[in-house]
Amino acid sequence: MSVNVEDYIARIEEACGAEKDFIVLFKYDKKDEAMAKILKKANVEKGVAGIVFDLTFKGFSFRLYGTGKAIFKKIKDKEELHRVLADLLL
Amino acid sequence: MFDPYKIREDFPILKRKINNHQLIYFDNAATSPKPRQVIEAVKEFYEKYNANVHRAVHTLSLEATELYENAHKEVAKFIDAKDMEEIIFVRGTTEAINFVAYSWGLRNLSREDEVIVSLMEHHSNIVPWEILSKIRGFKVKYADVNADGTLNYEALEKAISQKTKIVSVTHVSNVTGAINNVKRVVKAAHEHGALVLVDGAQSVPHIPVDVKDLDVDFLAFSGHKMLAPTGIGVLYGKRELLEKMEPFHGGGEMIHEVSFNPATGRCLISWNDLPWKFEAGTPNISGGIGLMAAIKYLKKLGMENVKAHECTLTEYALKRMEECEKVTVYGPGDASSRCGIIPFNIEGFNSHDVALFLDSYGIMIRSGFHCAQPLHQKLGLSSSARASFYIYNTKEEIDQFIEALKEIERSL
Repeated sequence: MSVNVEDYIARIEEACGAEKDFIVLFKYDKKDEAMAKILKKANVEKGVAGIVFDLTFKGFSFRLYGTGKAIFKKIKDKEELHRVLADLLL
Repeated sequence: MFDPYKIREDFPILKRKINNHQLIYFDNAATSPKPRQVIEAVKEFYEKYNANVHRAVHTLSLEATELYENAHKEVAKFIDAKDMEEIIFVRGTTEAINFVAYSWGLRNLSREDEVIVSLMEHHSNIVPWEILSKIRGFKVKYADVNADGTLNYEALEKAISQKTKIVSVTHVSNVTGAINNVKRVVKAAHEHGALVLVDGAQSVPHIPVDVKDLDVDFLAFSGHKMLAPTGIGVLYGKRELLEKMEPFHGGGEMIHEVSFNPATGRCLISWNDLPWKFEAGTPNISGGIGLMAAIKYLKKLGMENVKAHECTLTEYALKRMEECEKVTVYGPGDASSRCGIIPFNIEGFNSHDVALFLDSYGIMIRSGFHCAQPLHQKLGLSSSARASFYIYNTKEEIDQFIEALKEIERSL
């Protein structure tokens, strides 16, 4: 059975504010698996006691929270975010 | 005696753990948790009194109607309205403002007229007027705010003229917590024959509000920010204005008669009495009953005590936030001139990062524009984090909040 990005994602929020950030909420039962995959593929610039990780991946920077949420900055649109998530998770 | 620790026991949700931490709920400006008394009142309605109101003659319907009417009376007493005829139940503040815009504005505003709002308004007090101005052609003018986010009264007073038909302003800013001097606004507006609509979403739940004393023409507020269920809110209007206004919604219950005239092929319609003329269709009966329970709860605590408690918490939080070197707080510096709302940013973190970080510690705050983008633009902010307090919050929770803020600073 093929795995896709939606298997890991509960919701994507385009955060309000002048910065067009995207907040990704991973599915509760998949968050540990998703985080492990992301931490394996992305570069960890900084980590604070398992609470938050500053990461970079293919020129994009984002923060991953131990609660199973991530905030992606300077992403053009949902399609671009989807591509980045696919590269990280699949 | 006002005891937040005892009050907490009435709120089941505060017992929750979030991300392995005891929940600290600092997003009260968005919505408040509900006490057992409100939850029970709603549950009791469905278990014992569930029926439609103002329609049937059976016992259940009469009991439900009495409860629903009592809810209107309770609201009237809470804000010192003359009687329940001046109290219309709506979905919330947004619907109440749209109600005035369409029911009053559609028939009373034309091309030469002006509506004044301020730059500190929630979008719900901007968008309805902008939409209506496109239909009726009137001008929407924005009163300026000062650098600390407070209303610039001189600018507002200068903007009011004979062309002004209504001034629609918030009582308390949902971003900075600044309390506006509504009496001053009312005086300036009434001197020019303009009406005043006050957005009380952030004031009615937190400070004593007396519509007679303020002399406002309309007051809009939401139940869900003051312990009541979502989907119930209030529009207060002066009786003489409401009597002249046409209904916002048409349907059952809001009419006396709908009689078909075969000669004209049309129906002749006459309106019901106030406030029912404005409550078309089956209303949110359980929501109204929940609102009545919430008001009884707040009245028992005393609104002066609620205000004093929030002021103490705000003063304490503002003082302690000074310990955080990278934290910038916005709004008036004096805690007594604001309600328990503190917007802030942390250098190097955007507001959503701050909210997600605090979420890791079980602390719920809001981030973004808080539906007040023009005020953020005016203050030169791309967004802000916002902590907001209510009756069950404690100094110990603020201490934990401060420790988490320091943790964020250390993580930079």
